[in-house]
Amino acid sequence: MTLILLITFGVMMIVAALVALYSRDIVSAIIASGVVSLLASILYVLFGAPDVAMTEAAIGSALTTVVFLFAWSRIRGIASQDDSTDGEVR
Amino acid sequence: MFKRLFSLVLVGALAAAFFPLFAAIGDRADTSSLAGRYLDEGPEALGSANLVTSVIVTYRGLDTLGEVTVLFAASAGIGLVFSRMQPSPATRRTSTNHPPSELVVTGAGLLLPLITLFGIFIFVHGHLTPGGGFQGGVIVASGVLLAFLSGTLKELSHGLLAALELCAGAGYVAVGLLGLWLAGGFLDPRFLPTGEIGALFSGGAIPIIYTLIGIKVGAELSGVIDAMRQRRVSP
Amino acid sequence: MMTQLLTILAFVLMALGVWGLMSRRHLIRIIIGFSLLDTGVHLLLVAFGYRSEGTAPIIGSGLGAEELVSRAVDPIPSALVLTAIVIGLAVTALMLSFAVRMYARNRSIYIEKNKELKW
Repeated sequence: MTLILLITFGVMMIVAALVALYSRDIVSAIIASGVVSLLASILYVLFGAPDVAMTEAAIGSALTTVVFLFAWSRIRGIASQDDSTDGEVR
Repeated sequence: MFKRLFSLVLVGALAAAFFPLFAAIGDRADTSSLAGRYLDEGPEALGSANLVTSVIVTYRGLDTLGEVTVLFAASAGIGLVFSRMQPSPATRRTSTNHPPSELVVTGAGLLLPLITLFGIFIFVHGHLTPGGGFQGGVIVASGVLLAFLSGTLKELSHGLLAALELCAGAGYVAVGLLGLWLAGGFLDPRFLPTGEIGALFSGGAIPIIYTLIGIKVGAELSGVIDAMRQRRVSP
Repeated sequence: MMTQLLTILAFVLMALGVWGLMSRRHLIRIIIGFSLLDTGVHLLLVAFGYRSEGTAPIIGSGLGAEELVSRAVDPIPSALVLTAIVIGLAVTALMLSFAVRMYARNRSIYIEKNKELKW
């Protein structure tokens, strides 16, 4: 049973990591990296480390994603103030 | 194209170079000898039910002090980088000065006391249940984030954050020094009675140390979130 | 079996992280690659601490103090990974603040235009 869970979550993690690196939209990439952390926290519970699971769920999938999104929104704010780039980040 | 091929070859070479490490891993039936010693002596010597807490606070306590220092240095760096950036005025393309929706505001009003209480519970009970100072501090910081997003909290007073961090950090070192004078060594928590395993007042000074760490980490991460969010200046 | 599968997963994540770090041009994707590399390393450390049919090293209703030596998982890698996760967040936030600064200075999010530190 644990083996099936491990294989399922492992495959989901690898797919999410590929989406994080190859998707076109940056916001999707950021959210996919949060999904990788969330699945890792489930795996930590299966492997007998509940402290680590709590920390990873709170930090890796909540605060890291939020910090990425804040930074991206600041970058887009700077881009939209610029006249020449027409609001697009390049 | 060649750069891509080169990076692919490099990743493959790294994987092949670490192959003996991977080949030697297998399922094993018992832990290493150091872990055996910690599992054996930990509960009765320190009185805390959560062994990971006793490893972090006592057996590897100096590493935790170093980690708190690194966290402080990083949050100071982030505060420095963002202190010079001006708040962006309302821009013409992304005029997203919507107030937060009613769902968020109502939900935040209901959830904020629960989240704060939960965070405090986690770091006070760090020696009894899974959890501890870092997890509790992060939960309190995410409560502060919810307060920012829903508009409940508009400004975080930097004086209060600095005072909390100062007192918590100095208190941590002071507890360590008390351990040096009254018990076996620096950061030894046995100068308070260890009590019985499973009670709230057990584990010596471990709950005190974890509470101080929780307050410090919560204040620091709230400061980081405050520095990074974009302040909307209303026109 | 379980330890080996988790180790393979950790190595694959680390390889994806290093690959993303080296081959992507967008600054934010490079930092996402760092974050994936971090997650892979933490999984590897927790895999080292696992023992067959082990449970968490917490004395409670399921586990008495005498059974800890025979049934509990190694507590040391958990402590190390806890430290590493918190420091990983701090370093990622610092990297992101530098990325915002670099964009504000050079007006380009791609790494080719941000090469002042290269000699």
